[in-house]
Amino acid sequence: MTTAWLAEHLDDPGLAVVESDEDILLYDTGHIPGAVHVDWHTELNDPVTRDYVDAERFAALMSAKGIARDTTVVFYGDKANWWAAYALWVFSLFGHPDLRLLDGGRAKWEAEGRPMTTDAPDRPRTDYPVVERDDARIRAFRDDVLAHLGKPLIDVRSPDEYTGKLLHMANYPQEGALRGGHIPGAKNVPWARAANEDGTFKSRSELEALYQQELGLKPDDDVVVYCRIGERSSHTWFALTHLLGFEKVRNYDGSWTEWGNSVRVPIEREAEPST
Amino acid sequence: MTMAGSPLPARLVEIIEDFAASPPRDRLELLLEFSQSLPPLPTRYAEHPERLEPVPECQSPLFVAVEVDEDRRVHLFADAPAESPTTRGFAAIFHQALDGVPAEEVLAVPGDVAARLSLAEVVSPLRLRGATALLARIQRQVREQLVTAERA
Repeated sequence: MTTAWLAEHLDDPGLAVVESDEDILLYDTGHIPGAVHVDWHTELNDPVTRDYVDAERFAALMSAKGIARDTTVVFYGDKANWWAAYALWVFSLFGHPDLRLLDGGRAKWEAEGRPMTTDAPDRPRTDYPVVERDDARIRAFRDDVLAHLGKPLIDVRSPDEYTGKLLHMANYPQEGALRGGHIPGAKNVPWARAANEDGTFKSRSELEALYQQELGLKPDDDVVVYCRIGERSSHTWFALTHLLGFEKVRNYDGSWTEWGNSVRVPIEREAEPST
Repeated sequence: MTMAGSPLPARLVEIIEDFAASPPRDRLELLLEFSQSLPPLPTRYAEHPERLEPVPECQSPLFVAVEVDEDRRVHLFADAPAESPTTRGFAAIFHQALDGVPAEEVLAVPGDVAARLSLAEVVSPLRLRGATALLARIQRQVREQLVTAERA
């Protein structure tokens, strides 16, 4: 979904634009006209358990935002769309039929001088159905990953996080994990390798060269992606699933903040052998 | 508010009380107002960004510099991009709370003060850790400046 396409279709009935950012205040400083805000931390996460909202809460959220089950939802956000991709992935757990990502996200829209507003959107309430979340298809839990060891795993964090070096730098606090390193057998492909400088995704042939030729993955492979809390890996999940048509990619949202704190799970520290 | 030892700087107490007295949604608006109040850097920093210390624990770029004047009062300079209003908001809170405050009072601010801003429900844990890290770096710079001043 390009910014030019969205600019022409902003007023389409049946289309909702959703902004999801890392920074909870950013939407309030200005947003795409008509866009609603969905915050990953306060609205998509369960407030108590480390999990996503359940079917009832998701339906209530969608109804309040004015999104119907047949609405086409276009996501965009800051940080090269990490959180937009993450929100899209969470919506996918509920099987919302038509979900798209604005290529280049908020930064590209703004850089092109397209309209922004602080006016509140006016979307009438809907009656979104209660649809059970289906975690099995695209979400991996820690035990799933333990059972998956030996199959394709992609660690999309920076090389320093992957090798465990980051947790050892002088004067830096521990970033929420007691151990540094990566899940054994994981290949390190930082999320940004799927993106251009302007935050748009690379072309299909470039993505094929990266994931299929360089990494040797096949579209019917069983693949698990992870990062620190599952947001950057949602970006890679989107690229593999929706741009390359991979059939079974799961995002391990527990990611390093779970694995790096779990007792007796295996960890590798050394850099992977160069291929 | 329980505090052992030195009292918190008066403006910091006011800010903590303002947040505590607001319902959660209004707390975000308050933080947004703070983000808009962060003063621009003076030329000596704006033209020499290398004099500002980065705060890498924040997910967004944040830079801070501290000066201690001859009266041992702290002066704070911070900058973060407009597209990171939450980070700017925390920087502005510390600016309002600590700028012009005696160095000893700044050093006595407890490390968990960011957690007292009643923002844990609405701001992600990593953000709050970023704010805590910002305070730690401010205090470390104050300590270094005091040592330098004593040697001079």
